[in-house]
Amino acid sequence: MGILSSSASITQYHVEGKLQEPILETVAKGLKKQAVKEIDNETSDEEIGWSCFNDPFSIDFDRSPFLIGTYLVFSMRIDKKSIPSKIIQKHYTLEIKKKLENSGREFLSKTEKKEIKDHVIHILNLRIPATPNVYDLIWKYEANTLWFFSNLKGANEELETLFTKSFNLKLIRLFPYTMAALTSTLSDMEKDAISQLTPTRLTE
Amino acid sequence: MIDVSVAYNRYKFIGNEFLTWLWFTIDTNQHFFSTMDETITSLYVGNRIVLENSINDASEIITIKGDDAGLEEGLLSLRKGAVVIEMNLSYKTENQEWKFTLKGESLSFSSLKIPETGPVETKDDIEGIMLEKAYLYEKAVDVINLLFNAFLKIRSTVVWNEKTVPKIKKWVQA
Repeated sequence: MGILSSSASITQYHVEGKLQEPILETVAKGLKKQAVKEIDNETSDEEIGWSCFNDPFSIDFDRSPFLIGTYLVFSMRIDKKSIPSKIIQKHYTLEIKKKLENSGREFLSKTEKKEIKDHVIHILNLRIPATPNVYDLIWKYEANTLWFFSNLKGANEELETLFTKSFNLKLIRLFPYTMAALTSTLSDMEKDAISQLTPTRLTE
Repeated sequence: MIDVSVAYNRYKFIGNEFLTWLWFTIDTNQHFFSTMDETITSLYVGNRIVLENSINDASEIITIKGDDAGLEEGLLSLRKGAVVIEMNLSYKTENQEWKFTLKGESLSFSSLKIPETGPVETKDDIEGIMLEKAYLYEKAVDVINLLFNAFLKIRSTVVWNEKTVPKIKKWVQA
């Protein structure tokens, strides 16, 4: 569910810090540095990186501009390979059987079994394509705010890590307390009062 | 500022109280919204409201959903000490409508439906539509940020305990 979807989810962020000038070049550098890599036919089981807005299978940020109006717009893609446990079990059992037959032994050690399992997962990862998940974002640089188009905990955590790695800026998720502390128009005294609050009982 | 993950849990009651206050204001003082932003013609509780009653170390979740659902059960839950933890809202200006769900603990938006924008027919349309959508998303986000700010102003002063809470208690018991 992204920017162009008929129904969206938005998590608001406050961006702490400023980029090195010229800003657009710095953003482009950060995006290219952490652009998503293809892991199909690779042994990795997960890849997280940036891709172009509305063309999530492209990382050509020069051809698909990330500056739209005054907004910086791009996507985070999480590619994940999930091998069903029953498939792992099947290939693991077959490999164990083969090894026992070839060696003429009756048992395998714990280490050997683990090596076989790792090898099976490694081989299966090469054969199984990754499932991509795409999450759009809009970064309003001048306002130090960013909207991430997902409320999923895992995706938000990955965004926070990837963003800092790419741009060397901190993303602070906005929720009641951080909104009061960072983006409200409260005075310092009012902010102090908020931090001292305890829940109100609204019944007699 | 205290650690963000500690603050999230410790102060999530502020978001829940905000939603409860919002429901009270929707029910008793629609005029308040146009005084905050004159483009708001109405703000209503939509098709879903979730309440939580955590009194006596037990947590009870009450969900009311449906387009024409009555909210009496919700008020009854408030009477028993519950607070609103999630609420679907319908926000209207003169000729446009936004619908979305807010969670008290995070104030994040979900199921956000903005007024219809033009269709994407060619690749060249995308940037224009994106800008139009961003503008419409911003309207909903700004309204909630504005109202939350207004709530914080009340909540951080004596006005909350001396004026607002008695009024909410009266509304809950009515």
